[in-house]
Amino acid sequence: MNEAVNVKDVTQVYVTEQRATLAIQQMSFAIRRGEFVSLIGPSGCGKTTVLSIIAGLIAPTAGSVQVAGETVMGPSTRVGYMLQQDYLFPWRTIADNAAIGLEISGTLTKEKKAEVLHLLGEMGLLRFKDYYPAQLSGGMRQRVALVRTLATDPEILLLDEPFSALDYQTKLQLEDLVVETLRAKQKTALLVTHDISEAIAMSDRVIVLEPNPGRIRKQFAVPAAIREPLPFEAREQPGFNALFRDIWQEFGGDTDAE
Amino acid sequence: MPNDQMETPQVEVHAVRELSQSVHRQFLAGLKKETRRVRVTQFVILLAFFALWELAGRLKWVDVLLFSYPSKVFSLLWTKLLDGSLLPHVGATVLETIVGFALGTLFGTALAVIIWWSPFLSRVLDPYIVVLNSMPKVALGPLFIVGLGPGLLSIIATTLSITVIITTLVVYGSFKEVDANYVKVVSVFGGNKRKVFQKVILPASFPAIVATLKVNVGLAWVGVIVGEFLVSQIGLGYLIIYGFQVFNFTLVISTLIVIAIVATLMYQAVSVLEKKITKHR
Repeated sequence: MNEAVNVKDVTQVYVTEQRATLAIQQMSFAIRRGEFVSLIGPSGCGKTTVLSIIAGLIAPTAGSVQVAGETVMGPSTRVGYMLQQDYLFPWRTIADNAAIGLEISGTLTKEKKAEVLHLLGEMGLLRFKDYYPAQLSGGMRQRVALVRTLATDPEILLLDEPFSALDYQTKLQLEDLVVETLRAKQKTALLVTHDISEAIAMSDRVIVLEPNPGRIRKQFAVPAAIREPLPFEAREQPGFNALFRDIWQEFGGDTDAE
Repeated sequence: MPNDQMETPQVEVHAVRELSQSVHRQFLAGLKKETRRVRVTQFVILLAFFALWELAGRLKWVDVLLFSYPSKVFSLLWTKLLDGSLLPHVGATVLETIVGFALGTLFGTALAVIIWWSPFLSRVLDPYIVVLNSMPKVALGPLFIVGLGPGLLSIIATTLSITVIITTLVVYGSFKEVDANYVKVVSVFGGNKRKVFQKVILPASFPAIVATLKVNVGLAWVGVIVGEFLVSQIGLGYLIIYGFQVFNFTLVISTLIVIAIVATLMYQAVSVLEKKITKHR
């Protein structure tokens, strides 16, 4: 089984008292082990819904999702989830925030705690371990959130626009850090974003979605010359702008229609 | 720090630093002066009030039998303090108030937890809570007396009837306001409802719970004093009713002053607690 994630014919309907909305229509795609895939598209194309289904937070109305060959029935430590903002708990110290996943899954041992501190060290955060989130900058806090996600050692990371709340400079630095870290740890990743250049710079493959209802429009493989260097370097590779323009054209039409 | 483009002479840097320090000093001095003026004015108002009251009493501008005057009030307080007949009353009332607001907050929070846990129960209980909240709970006093006897239990029941429902409403409101993304953080790690409550909902609502503690201090005083009016043989509420019945208004006013002081102290204590708990937010 070489597929880390397999999304099969997933359809999602949201119901309210007024109406039922089709959020995703028969979406299918797979992610290979160790691959970095981006989902991009305008708002209303069900990006976050797809992540929630893969994470097991919501059950799809129809279709199924398999992670490492097993059908997803609920959240598990196999899948890590990074949100748009850090959502660190303000009443916990940095070290306690980073360890909360282990605490919840009941696997917080002394060794694991040391591992968390080691991870904080790798991110240059060790000396802040006893600080509270309010004392850290946005970029540092998102790095803590990354440690929190990695601490439970998930096979797959779901990244839900994790850089969207950061300023440009911090965002570029974090992109490099995330790609570097995930490569070193050989993690599979699925990034949701609306930033085309971020998607190209970080991923091996870009899936463009279209909205109302959300479905796959087109997929782009990122050439080796762009995908091998770190995101910051990747942006300067020949071919980057051409790919950017191709993808831009794919969702230019629909954004006008909205 | 001199940089290569525009070199700032060392002397000038020093002068600028000196200037910013002196501005800061001036600012602090101004702030201190302002605070002192506020304190002095507050003290003058208090003093003027007592002086005017004393004068009005002694010169018979007001009926001394009804309004007494400060030197009479304070000498009564002093005597009662010395002969030990005041402190048991203070002790009884303070105890009832603390028990009342602690239990009120506890029961109110517990009820909030139950209706948070079960949305079904929340919908079922909603109209009952609305009715109980709108009702003037003090009116239940006679029922408490016949049900629980004319004593401590009735007083605490009166206090609880005032504090519990409002606590439930405020705390449940704060449970519901917790950002869903914090809940998501726990859910993606496989946390169940219990974990969500333990790790997110409860700690996130702690400031709100402490805030209701503050409101409940005030409400508990209302409950206790009314309860003591109705049944008690001891306590500050009893002293007021007793003073009223024997037409000793110096005693009534003395008791009011004691209540003002003790209630303020309790409120301040809860404020300090609140500051400690909400330090990092």
